[in-house]
Amino acid sequence: MALRAAISARVLSSSSAPGARSMSSWWQGIQPAPKDPILGVTEAFLADPSPSKVNVGVGAYRDDNGKPVVLECVREAERRIAGTSKMEYLPMGGSIKMVDETLKLAYGENSELLKDKRIAAVQALSGTGACRLFADFQRRFCPDSQVYIPVPTWSNHHNIWRDAHIPQRTYHYYHPESKGLDFASLMDDIKNAPNGSFFLLHACAHNPTGVDPSEEQWREISYQFKVKGHFAFFDMAYQGFASGDPERDAKSIRIFLEDGHQIGCSQSYAKNMGLYGQRVGCLSVVCEDEKQAVAVKSQLQQLARPMYSNPPLHGSLIVSHILGDPNLKKLWLKEVKVMAERIIGMRTALRENLEKLGSPLPWKHITDQIGMFCYSGMTPEQVDRLTNEYHIYLTRNGRISMAGVTTGNVGYLSNAIHEVTKSG
Amino acid sequence: MSASSDHQDSVFSHVVQAPEDPILGVTVAYNKDPNPIKLNLGVGAYRTEEGKPLVLNVVRRAEQMLVNDQSRVKEYLPIIGLSDFNKSSAKLIFGADSTAIQENRVTTVQCLSGTGSLRVGAEFLARHYHEHTIYIPQPTWGNHPKIFNLAGLSVKPYRYYNPQTRGLDFQGLLEDLGAAPSGAIVLLHACAHNPTGVDPTLDQWEQIRQLMRSKGLLPFFDSAYQGFASGSLDADAQSVRMFVADGGECLAAQSYAKNMGLYGERVGALSIVCKTADVASRVESQLKMVIRPMYSNPPIHGASIVAVILKDRDLYNEWTVELKAMADRIISMRKQLFDALQAKGMAYKLLFTLVIHVCTPGDWSHIIKQIGMFTFTGLNTEQVAFMTREYHIYMTSDGRISMAGLNSRKVPHLADAIHAAVASIA
Repeated sequence: MALRAAISARVLSSSSAPGARSMSSWWQGIQPAPKDPILGVTEAFLADPSPSKVNVGVGAYRDDNGKPVVLECVREAERRIAGTSKMEYLPMGGSIKMVDETLKLAYGENSELLKDKRIAAVQALSGTGACRLFADFQRRFCPDSQVYIPVPTWSNHHNIWRDAHIPQRTYHYYHPESKGLDFASLMDDIKNAPNGSFFLLHACAHNPTGVDPSEEQWREISYQFKVKGHFAFFDMAYQGFASGDPERDAKSIRIFLEDGHQIGCSQSYAKNMGLYGQRVGCLSVVCEDEKQAVAVKSQLQQLARPMYSNPPLHGSLIVSHILGDPNLKKLWLKEVKVMAERIIGMRTALRENLEKLGSPLPWKHITDQIGMFCYSGMTPEQVDRLTNEYHIYLTRNGRISMAGVTTGNVGYLSNAIHEVTKSG
Repeated sequence: MSASSDHQDSVFSHVVQAPEDPILGVTVAYNKDPNPIKLNLGVGAYRTEEGKPLVLNVVRRAEQMLVNDQSRVKEYLPIIGLSDFNKSSAKLIFGADSTAIQENRVTTVQCLSGTGSLRVGAEFLARHYHEHTIYIPQPTWGNHPKIFNLAGLSVKPYRYYNPQTRGLDFQGLLEDLGAAPSGAIVLLHACAHNPTGVDPTLDQWEQIRQLMRSKGLLPFFDSAYQGFASGSLDADAQSVRMFVADGGECLAAQSYAKNMGLYGERVGALSIVCKTADVASRVESQLKMVIRPMYSNPPIHGASIVAVILKDRDLYNEWTVELKAMADRIISMRKQLFDALQAKGMAYKLLFTLVIHVCTPGDWSHIIKQIGMFTFTGLNTEQVAFMTREYHIYMTSDGRISMAGLNSRKVPHLADAIHAAVASIA
């Protein structure tokens, strides 16, 4: 390899002088890495000087003025925390209090699994960290397994399981023609996968499409999983954010639990509590019994220790304060509902605008889809035109972050989308 | 329908319980102990003279400023973290006047404390560096080998601690590094070696530097105690700056856990010093590829506190004063323990017990020669277990005690325990 040759040549020619100035870099041969397709969009947006620019790229909630929001319940929790935290190390598995409250959200307040202590759970670095920890765990304890990932999915899912050295397969999910779920092909893929395969499922508000199975479809998927003995790993990044009701948004998980599946689950507070930068989430794995749960948790900790030792404290304190105080929890639920409803309102507005403009294309999927994102169906070329001609920033797969749409920009956005798509 | 009925076997049935982490497990055991005389000298977290955790004044003030600033939001940081934090951290370790920084040859990325910085750096090396062996000092922090192994590097030892002298095995170190293959990575503790507290002198550092550069060995510094060791931020960074000054490349992992008391907030930084600005930029882009699938972007809270303090001249100065106070208290604890052991006539008793194993006159001067948070007492695992069982003193089984966990009132108890352990167990 050229790199090795260059390095050995350099090493052979280096003098024994103590200074290192004569040597070339160890990293000379390193190629610049491609920009992250999602986070790179915001970078480009920030660099754009145009006053009419619109950012519907990254999935971070904005209010109707286009401003980021810190929830009132979060501000209150922070006021209570400031000056009291000792900033000591959390245990490797994170804050037990926060994890307990978090499990209640996913599994239900009165879950038998919680009572029987059958859930191995650790605080994780938001959804990414939870997925990564699970992938590393899967690799260590099921080294021959692969993971089935929906098409499309959040692009970072591929990176996570790749870096965990787990081979990936895909399963059908999105149906481009109907801009809905390709249920028949999805079920075929489940049936055709080898027994005992690992599947990544989006619990609600699928990212990037916003297309979720119906309750009836989830039941069929769960049934087929039982037949095949598949392992279900749920990535739940939008609980509460999809419908406005956290219990409703956890329905898919509850269906699987009723059917006796021993699932894995990643939970994130980035969006539903607006704690993006705090990196707070949870990884849980349902086990046969309490003894196994203790064993699995201890092994998850063994994976966390050489990665970051123990998870960050601040975000977990915020979550604990809010979920542990009935009044703050009530306030949170109200605020989540407001966010979800604003997005649903923007979906309606965008669709109505496009229909009023006389677009030849169907736009019903905008209101059929759920959660933060709308898979518009636009091509990469159309997206490029939106960016270059209209200074509208979104990912090239045509995914629009509805959270970035406001009453102030929905007209401009509709016009631009109409312009680039009207010729079919 | 109960979820616990009719379930299939778990795919993870075969998973067995992992052993307790040897370091963090000490605190777990300590917490379980109901005896009021118990003393935790395990994990390296600073305690005041009253035995309480300490939040620095400057941290409380920075925290309050952040809370009061209504304009602050909780958005995602960039993958490489808070820019101000990164710039300030680089200046802190390399020096504000560092030419490497001025020439844009340094890439600094925010990571999760020292552990996270080491892991990200190691993953980068495993992917982009041609040598996949890292040499680590014997002994070293228990988590080091795990971090490097999981990152894809293999680990080899180099001699470091001399049990006879309880000091540096400098000859052994030079021999082992001299025998390492060209290009191998070498882990160096920038100051206050963990667990021994034994550091090379500046002269020895210079010799190490010359040897390493002549063999093309790649330095990877772990700097977890800058300012905490001697009380001076600049003095504690001399080893790192020496290497950077010669124009060569290196990696440096920084932690703010101890020196800013931000343990649980997981604040740290990884810097890679490169030959050119262009290389540094490409390296940075590859670091992002390591970070994104691990946790996407780092936590904002702790780094914001650090950035506020480092950028404000008054807060920075106050910090250096508080830091020196912590370092001074530790140095004073060393002196007190040493004096207490001397007073108990340890030297005489030790002459008999130690002669069997090591031919050194019994002397506890290593306690005051070693530097930083930890003292490597030289006690063996049986003696340590004895001290825990009989005296409720908790420490890691390698005989490492955290001086930061000691206070004047407890010194006699500790001295008694050491005396009893050495006297009753060979």
